[in-house]
Amino acid sequence: MEITRREFFLKSARSAGLLALGGLVWSAYVDEVTASKLILRPPGALMEKDFLAACIKCGLCVEACPYDTLLLAKPGDNKPLGTPYFIPRDMPCYMCPDIPCVPICPTNALDQSLVSKNGILDINSADMGLAIIDENSCIAFWGIQCDACHSACPLLNEAISLEYRKNDRTGKHAFIVPIVHADVCTGCGLCERACITQKASIFILPREIATGRAGDHYIKSWSKKDEARLKNAKEINTKTKISNRPAIDSLNDMKGLLDD
Amino acid sequence: MIRKYKYLVLRRSLQVSLMFLYFAGNAWGFTFLQGNLSSSLLLGFIPLSDPYAALQMLVAGAVLSSDLLIGVLIITLFYASIGGRAFCSWVCPINIISDASNYIRRKFGFNKIQKKQPASRNLRYFVLFLSLILSYFLGLSAFEFISPISMVHRGLVFGMGFGYGAIVIIFLFDLFVLKNGWCGHICPLGAFYSLNAKFSLIKVDHDVQKCTACMECKEVCPESQVLFMINKESKPVLSGECTSCARCIEVCNDDALNFTIRNFKGEKNET
Repeated sequence: MEITRREFFLKSARSAGLLALGGLVWSAYVDEVTASKLILRPPGALMEKDFLAACIKCGLCVEACPYDTLLLAKPGDNKPLGTPYFIPRDMPCYMCPDIPCVPICPTNALDQSLVSKNGILDINSADMGLAIIDENSCIAFWGIQCDACHSACPLLNEAISLEYRKNDRTGKHAFIVPIVHADVCTGCGLCERACITQKASIFILPREIATGRAGDHYIKSWSKKDEARLKNAKEINTKTKISNRPAIDSLNDMKGLLDD
Repeated sequence: MIRKYKYLVLRRSLQVSLMFLYFAGNAWGFTFLQGNLSSSLLLGFIPLSDPYAALQMLVAGAVLSSDLLIGVLIITLFYASIGGRAFCSWVCPINIISDASNYIRRKFGFNKIQKKQPASRNLRYFVLFLSLILSYFLGLSAFEFISPISMVHRGLVFGMGFGYGAIVIIFLFDLFVLKNGWCGHICPLGAFYSLNAKFSLIKVDHDVQKCTACMECKEVCPESQVLFMINKESKPVLSGECTSCARCIEVCNDDALNFTIRNFKGEKNET
């Protein structure tokens, strides 16, 4: 079959056009479905971006989970298709010591080294998310005694502890309020599951969403460890056009400010 | 009678029993076959992985683990050396859907009305190429997030959700829009296996002496372009696009088509 030069160019242009259109729709869709950051991953999951790249969506972790905690995102769940997640209010992570969902992962999207201490699996080093308390709806902050989340916590008194505060409203009672310790909390969600309010007042969010960041330029002078960061610090001099002249000259420069 | 459908029955049994084993793995903890077609564990320790998914992951910049590489190697070598593109017609559950569309098309004579198909079969190689480009720029395995194949086999094992939509869409698309539309024109996984099947050993062989030019085989073949030699010359179907579904062998009343083990030496002498 002979094709003329004109046909060839037309055909190439057509293919390029189709490719561009297809690519646009396709990438827009994938970008959209993977944009949902409010999703809790199994223990040992890589950072969300790397996790999405590495997860092959085989569901072996879901099968390995003895509590049916883990689910595989179906079409219609509005989550990245085929990736594992869990909803703590329905079924939290029960923190199996042998972590069956992690070693079975064929692609290391669930990375053993992230849930190991000294080469031994340690579920307490898992980081699935962080428990956040809504103090407005938590009845313990109203002065009613409740420690459901505290007693459900598998890291009792480490991840959630109780704090006694004076109740000024009555003047003679105490608030016994739960406090989450972010550095210990694994985000298993047992507290969210146990919470007695209509909609859970303690709930798990992905750590990336639940936490802020002060920035590297803040150094705690009262912490030896943080101060150590200053040890090899070098002075940084920023040179701009203005710093060529003494500051006072810059301030006194009236050029362009006065009418002639 | 059953001999006429020998391969079809075998294929359907394999497709159904594989999906059943995966389902049983999830539902009742059978350890014979776990996971799904993206990646699975045979007998609890042999990894099997989809090489096309792994290729997308590689392009996306993920570090491939050794388990994954072993699984990919087993599958790639099996199909490259023996199976050819047999995944498409012997394993993939979408094949049942597109075969159903094709069957209805033939029975109702749609093919006689729509003689010319409006798209090139090479489209799938463009889709394959595009999927790798997108995987690179998005840093994700791009096809795996939209793949109706995965929606169906994952859905059968872990719950369908709106995955039924994928089944209906492919069925209707193949039925009314484009003959062999999904499997024969668009599917990049099929394109990948077509390229991988270039040198596989099991091929269909045509004997022109026995052929009576009834063209039943071309009518039933989902990739009829691979049967260009029918009634022209005796030679094996070497194109990687042949899915080894064996429908042509079954419909042939003249024994002019049969499976053969490829003879590389003989091919060289011919050309």
